[in-house]
Amino acid sequence: MKNDSPPVNLTVAPATRQRCGDEAKYGIRRAWRVFPFLVASLVLVPVCVVFASFLSPDSEIWQHLITTTLPGLLTNTLWLSLGVILGTSFLGVSLAWLTSVYTFPGSRFFSWALFLPLAIPAYVIAFVALGMFDYTGPVQTSLRHWFNSDLLWFPDIRSGPGVAVVMTLAFYPYVYLLSRDAFLTQGKRLLEVAQSLGFNRQQGFFRVVLPMARPWIVAGVMLALMETLADFGAVSIFNYDTFTTAIYKTWFGMFSLSTASQLASLLILIVLVIILTEQRFRLRMRFSESRKSTRVERIPLTGWKAVAATSFAGAVLFFAFVLPVVQLGLWAMHALEVGVDGRYPEFAWHSILLSVLAALITCLVAAMLAYSVRIHSDRYTRFSVRLATIGYALPGAVLAVGIFIPMAWLDNLLSDWIEAITGAETGLLIQGTLVVMLAAYMTRFLAVSYFPLESALQRVTRSIDEAAAGFGVTGWRMLKTIYFPMLKSSLLTAATLVFVDVMKEMPITLMTRPFDWDTLAVRIFSLTSEGQWEQAAIPALTLILTGLIPIIFLVRHSET
Amino acid sequence: MSRSFISGLFSRWSSGLFLAGFLFVAPVSSQAEEIVVYSARIEQLIKPLFDAFTKETGITVKFTTDKEGALLTRLLAEGKRTPADVLITVDAGNLWDATRNNLLKPVTSPILEANIPANLRDPKGQWFGLTVRARTIVYNTSKVKPEELSTYEDLADPKWKNRLCLRSSKKVYNQSLVAMMIAELGETETERIVKGWVNNLATDPIADDTLALEYVAAGRCDVTLVNTYYYGRLMREHPALPLAIFWPNQATTGVHVNVSGAGVTRYSKHEAAAVRLLEFLSSEHAQKLFVELNMEYPANPQVKYGEPLTDWGNFKQDPKSIVKAGELQPEAVRLMDRAGYR
Amino acid sequence: MSILLKLDNISHTYGQQVTVDELSFELEKGEIGCLLGPSGCGKTTVLRSIAGFEPIMSGEIWLNGVSVSRAGFVLPPEQRRIGMVFQEYALFPHLNVTANVGFGLHHSTRTERAHRVAELLQVTGLTEVADRYPHELSGGQQQRVALARALAPYPELILLDEPFSNLDVGLREHLSQEIRDLLKKLNITAILVTHDQSEAFAVADKIGVMHAGKMMQWSSAHDLYHRPANRFIADFIGQGVLIPGTFMLSGEVETELGVLTGSIYRPDPSSSEVPDKQVDVLIRPDDIIHDDHSPLQAAVVHKAFRGAQFLYTLRLASGQIVLSLVPSHHDHAIGEKIGIRPETDHIVVFDRL
Repeated sequence: MKNDSPPVNLTVAPATRQRCGDEAKYGIRRAWRVFPFLVASLVLVPVCVVFASFLSPDSEIWQHLITTTLPGLLTNTLWLSLGVILGTSFLGVSLAWLTSVYTFPGSRFFSWALFLPLAIPAYVIAFVALGMFDYTGPVQTSLRHWFNSDLLWFPDIRSGPGVAVVMTLAFYPYVYLLSRDAFLTQGKRLLEVAQSLGFNRQQGFFRVVLPMARPWIVAGVMLALMETLADFGAVSIFNYDTFTTAIYKTWFGMFSLSTASQLASLLILIVLVIILTEQRFRLRMRFSESRKSTRVERIPLTGWKAVAATSFAGAVLFFAFVLPVVQLGLWAMHALEVGVDGRYPEFAWHSILLSVLAALITCLVAAMLAYSVRIHSDRYTRFSVRLATIGYALPGAVLAVGIFIPMAWLDNLLSDWIEAITGAETGLLIQGTLVVMLAAYMTRFLAVSYFPLESALQRVTRSIDEAAAGFGVTGWRMLKTIYFPMLKSSLLTAATLVFVDVMKEMPITLMTRPFDWDTLAVRIFSLTSEGQWEQAAIPALTLILTGLIPIIFLVRHSET
Repeated sequence: MSRSFISGLFSRWSSGLFLAGFLFVAPVSSQAEEIVVYSARIEQLIKPLFDAFTKETGITVKFTTDKEGALLTRLLAEGKRTPADVLITVDAGNLWDATRNNLLKPVTSPILEANIPANLRDPKGQWFGLTVRARTIVYNTSKVKPEELSTYEDLADPKWKNRLCLRSSKKVYNQSLVAMMIAELGETETERIVKGWVNNLATDPIADDTLALEYVAAGRCDVTLVNTYYYGRLMREHPALPLAIFWPNQATTGVHVNVSGAGVTRYSKHEAAAVRLLEFLSSEHAQKLFVELNMEYPANPQVKYGEPLTDWGNFKQDPKSIVKAGELQPEAVRLMDRAGYR
Repeated sequence: MSILLKLDNISHTYGQQVTVDELSFELEKGEIGCLLGPSGCGKTTVLRSIAGFEPIMSGEIWLNGVSVSRAGFVLPPEQRRIGMVFQEYALFPHLNVTANVGFGLHHSTRTERAHRVAELLQVTGLTEVADRYPHELSGGQQQRVALARALAPYPELILLDEPFSNLDVGLREHLSQEIRDLLKKLNITAILVTHDQSEAFAVADKIGVMHAGKMMQWSSAHDLYHRPANRFIADFIGQGVLIPGTFMLSGEVETELGVLTGSIYRPDPSSSEVPDKQVDVLIRPDDIIHDDHSPLQAAVVHKAFRGAQFLYTLRLASGQIVLSLVPSHHDHAIGEKIGIRPETDHIVVFDRL
């Protein structure tokens, strides 16, 4: 490996003096070498805290879980994961392909509108779906009314397939967003090669475009999968038992945080294995074209194909966005009659402030991680970066605990130290500050910003580094003049994802926020936890509308 | 032009300062007349009480809301420097867990002991129940005659086959009900009953009480177990629903109740003020507010309540100490797992 | 020999801009053609039209006697059996060499495909690197992979778009010869697009020089040099200058260099050799000999060392510039006057415009 080369021999004094410019560069390279380990170790602290639960095993509870619920909910989780993987890849990739290659009635509208469901928390979609299509919902009720009898058969929405469909609708935008990025940056040359080798466009799509978009699609699907595994809200609305519901039940029902943490550790181990396996298979592959070629011209669809495309995109948008928003709107109108809390502008401002700051910090760190992996693509660096992005697969509340415990420990340590010096009593200093919240968000959402950037770097050929270095452009200047312009759209994608995710985030916000400092998501939590969905519609709608701002911004950018 | 430039600069500068303030200034609660509450009771169900307390005593209340598990972890991690003076939960199990982790401080207060019955508080005075949440049977009036109903145990009888709806076993309400049944009947008998319930289910367990009520109203099933205030809320919205309350076990153990309660934290630095808050919350004024806010029953038996609670009739409560619900809750969860009650 | 490819008056426009203007040529089976011209002359567009990637607005393209492109109709590229080697090779970065070469063999059985790939790797000398990924190959290897990939499905015609432009200058000459030998050995019909004359001369049988979307001349390399069809070709191909002259009664041409003798080639056949007619004569550097004894003197303006020879740029008394190739032991300083004389076998004469 490249890094095994001996360090600069310091005993040769005159030579080193002459080469002090090189020394500096060497130092910078070294810094990039250390950086991923530094970030990983910071981000890994909460994960380690979760893993440390194995120090206090409770074999009795494990025995109980293994003999009773565990096998069933492992199968449940597996099927749900498979369903969401298939569903989000199908919806995400097909919609991205339709909107980036063809024109059909409404295609320009759909190309950005299909991002919108990203702003809706999964549990909101779940609740609306349940309200609409369950036994007591208007659809079944009016059907029963119509036939004047019990329905012989109606698909039970409170089932594995039902949850999978809801989660697919909630999480497909990740795949859509990233695949679209891939298709738009891919250019048409390789498709032309395929055509010159006897493949038509459809075959070319499956043989060339899809494999070439693999890092993006995988990244999107991984995000969707990790969200699925970590989800508690949507599955509990459907009372569908997964690994995560078992984690919560063990914690809240059996008061065993340690067993819950152990279960959570297993969850992230599984995710880690999946990620590493996938990566292993594409280690030597590259996904950049040797030269940037022009975009694919959009092909107009006509006749039944155009109708099919429009109805497909329309149906997805309807179920994933229009229906939940309309329902929330109706509830909100009802709730508004009762009166509205005057603090909503404040809640919204808090949400936006947190989301913007978190998006900036997380993207900056993610970009630096991605870049250092590019410079030092050895096994250890890659592995530590993988670890650093694993927090996303942890159920939010478990990660929140993992963040809070070391933070409180540090806080106490700091106060001990200050008290020892000054003699004055200090109380806790760090907790409840924005710094803690932002560090916590970074831990959770590093993966969300890292995956798009990592994929985007695949499109930047390595010869660009060398060419730039040839002009004496290195280090920060290289980042600024070469990488930033090339990665701009992916940075925007990453920032939008983090922004929207932080807006929706609950457990970490609940646990680390300052006193009297609520956000929209906190408001939604406190209303829905007592089942006040109508009241919750107001903050939920505000959250969705606020989340739309960066999405529209993103779309504007990607359209030009 | 230069003016707008300066004002722009100023606003940028001032917002930067504002941010810096947020980043580095931590909340320090050293004022004597302020206490901090960690509450699992959500804001809209507790804030009016704090406001009333401040009005009455001049002591201000700073609070944060979260799930019990998270709040307990917070107290544990913060240790002796925790800013919290009072912990409020919506069930007895978590209060029991807090005492097990030595997070609460024993309190001796004649007022609290007078206001709160012994079975609704910790024997050592580490916590006190404040409101009573009664878990009862609700049935569809067009499908079930009240004479058919008798006890929780009876719902395991095959005559209720495909007629029962239950809330998910993941929520504490049915966990504590089963825990109290274990305390009364023993594990073997309780497991037989829970298995009977599962056999009688008309549909998979349901995510929340309101939905369970809607299922009964729509005819998907005939009976269910819910907390009374969910029934109250739903009936307030839709008074015409064919639903009615039945008080089970009146001849035997009484209706299962759980409490929403509070305790003073082990490392509270404002113990006196914290105790005053608990005393206030047990007073008639506060108890009436609780009833008003969420239709829960007052824990203080001297407090009279009005409609709609009076419409539902009087009932006999389970007199066993609610501490059992916490102690036996892990066992109850396991039993429900074994019985296949999801 | 049969005609494999025929372009009949094709035109192509991008919006308002005419990129290809009524262009025609034919290519026989087994021939290697080349489109030569400066960048932006439309040569790549012609190539892409032949491949089926660009629609044409008028005219018609015939492949093997079948009309494949005309106004309003484009036979899809995948149905043309035309292989294409792109300028940047466009190898699939996620596939190794074997998979890249075998990519187009999707109708073959597994064994047929393995056999064909092995054969091509052998022919192109890539057997050693069969398992590597494109980014692990040198530029020359990448180019050969691209060629092998295009050849694999037995195409009727191979199109090569600036195939050598990404390679070192040193490699180009060597590889262009190698590619020609390979194509000839396999009897492949091919069209190459380049802006480099020496490449075109080294590889092609027929060369078409394009300018501003028009085909200026379609012929062999020899004819382009010695029988240029117009002033543009005369100027573009090889080196040389046009100097004014006058037809004499004897049929020879009188110029400042003196009376030029030899066979006369006139690209404008319509005009006649009227005595006293004012013309321009193409003078190549090898037409001017250095002769110390010659009374004709010219001043050295510029000189370029070419190994065995110097290429002198000389100024005649009238100020007219001419070029001369002189053996390199005649080293003259800039500004020095040297003696020269013309020595022409055949002369290319254009009517004065």
